[in-house]
Amino acid sequence: MQDLTDALVELVRKASTDLPTDMQRAIEKARDNEEPGSAAAGALETILKNVEMARQKALPICQDTGTPIFEVYYPAGWSTRALTDQIRKAVAEATRRAYLRPNAVDSLTGENSGDNTGEDFPTIHFHEWEEDHLRVDLLLKGGGCENVSAQYKLPDGALKAGRDLDGVRKVVLDAVYQAQGEGCAPGVLGIAIGGDRGTSYIKAKQQLFRPLEDTNSDPDLAALEERIADEANQLGIGPMGFGGKTTVLGVKIGTQHRLPASYFVSIAYMCWANRRASMNVSTNGEVTYA
Amino acid sequence: MRSLTVPIPEADVRALHVGDSVSLNGVIMLGRDAAHKFMVDRLIKGPVAVEDQALYEELKRLLRDGVIYHCGPVVKKHDDGHWSFVAAGPTTSIREEIYQPDVIAHFGLRGVIGKGGMGKGTLKACQDYGAVYLHAIGGAAPLIAQSVKEVLAVHKLEFGVPEAMWVVRVEDFPVVVTMDSHGQSIHEAVQQASRRKLDALIGLG
Repeated sequence: MQDLTDALVELVRKASTDLPTDMQRAIEKARDNEEPGSAAAGALETILKNVEMARQKALPICQDTGTPIFEVYYPAGWSTRALTDQIRKAVAEATRRAYLRPNAVDSLTGENSGDNTGEDFPTIHFHEWEEDHLRVDLLLKGGGCENVSAQYKLPDGALKAGRDLDGVRKVVLDAVYQAQGEGCAPGVLGIAIGGDRGTSYIKAKQQLFRPLEDTNSDPDLAALEERIADEANQLGIGPMGFGGKTTVLGVKIGTQHRLPASYFVSIAYMCWANRRASMNVSTNGEVTYA
Repeated sequence: MRSLTVPIPEADVRALHVGDSVSLNGVIMLGRDAAHKFMVDRLIKGPVAVEDQALYEELKRLLRDGVIYHCGPVVKKHDDGHWSFVAAGPTTSIREEIYQPDVIAHFGLRGVIGKGGMGKGTLKACQDYGAVYLHAIGGAAPLIAQSVKEVLAVHKLEFGVPEAMWVVRVEDFPVVVTMDSHGQSIHEAVQQASRRKLDALIGLG
């Protein structure tokens, strides 16, 4: 089996230092839309300068390089145990090269492992698929925005949110309100409807891999994504919570089957630094990045 | 844009109002969760243990009219042993709310830098003791690291790199005053306005 460790180090570098172009376009558009001279416009301008500097100097866009979340899609024949080992070696090496901040802390002793490996750290999900190539998607999910992520159980009496898409809309807007600027607005919302408490959050995070400019294949969800984005921006929280027109840059919704008794809505709030990168390994071993 | 230099006289802080852009210069200290817990539990509540005495004296000197920055940086240790900052954006400040008023009062801080704003206790401490909350741009990590010209010391490195107390000299560190010493908070104002809007959008109130 091919050793992908070096290729994975490069994947981490790309994710940490190079903001995807769809995110950059959205931030540029948001800056042009804010009042010139406002704190909101200034914040977005600073963000864009920072993105450019990070890209040129190969420095982490944000010092909180987050939880590395790997989604691995592999054809039959690959060893997930070997891949896990290579991913762990790669994040340790990427940490040594300062592409990542040491971010894995022992929950009992408070000790930082120093290399981003630890118990269930980094996060790795494997999916065997029909394709003949291997794909690794990586998301670096920061802690500030993770802390404002939220899960609701419908119906929610206080928000008058029932078990329907309008109820979903209400609780998501509440989550954006509760987050204020603390998740480094303007953010991207990955939302899952259904599942259990655990699978729902995973599904919500997986939505963050979708390109901002894609359209949900379900027309009802596509309309809901658009409406929530529009209404979240009407809240006026703005970049960094300074006030302004841009509070979210995108909304992506996925669904899962659920128990009759449960109706969860999970909101994975992602900061403006929606750092994701993708790598493909073809059948002849050639590695390409997207 | 106003320029402020640490140590900051109280009058300079009292002249600031929410919305002011500030360029910060001088020696500041980084401190986040572990540092604030340490300062309150081990130094402020007292009695200060013998092994903490030297650090306590150093902090009293550093923080009088000084500034604390809520930040866990990415750092690089060079072959000759010196450190430099690679990425150093702010972390979420509200986690320090239970400690911040005591730290402002005890050490005589003039400024707290972070992101997301803080609560009523800190706002009151800013009024009572003459301090401001300065909002850095969350995630603007290399840009802010460029403002860090020199790493002068690091205390409590055993807390881990992100949690250690880094003493650094900054130049032209760009921040915005979002909580002033006159009881004003942009965060409170935005929260109230967004609450009214939320209620209208979801049919409450």
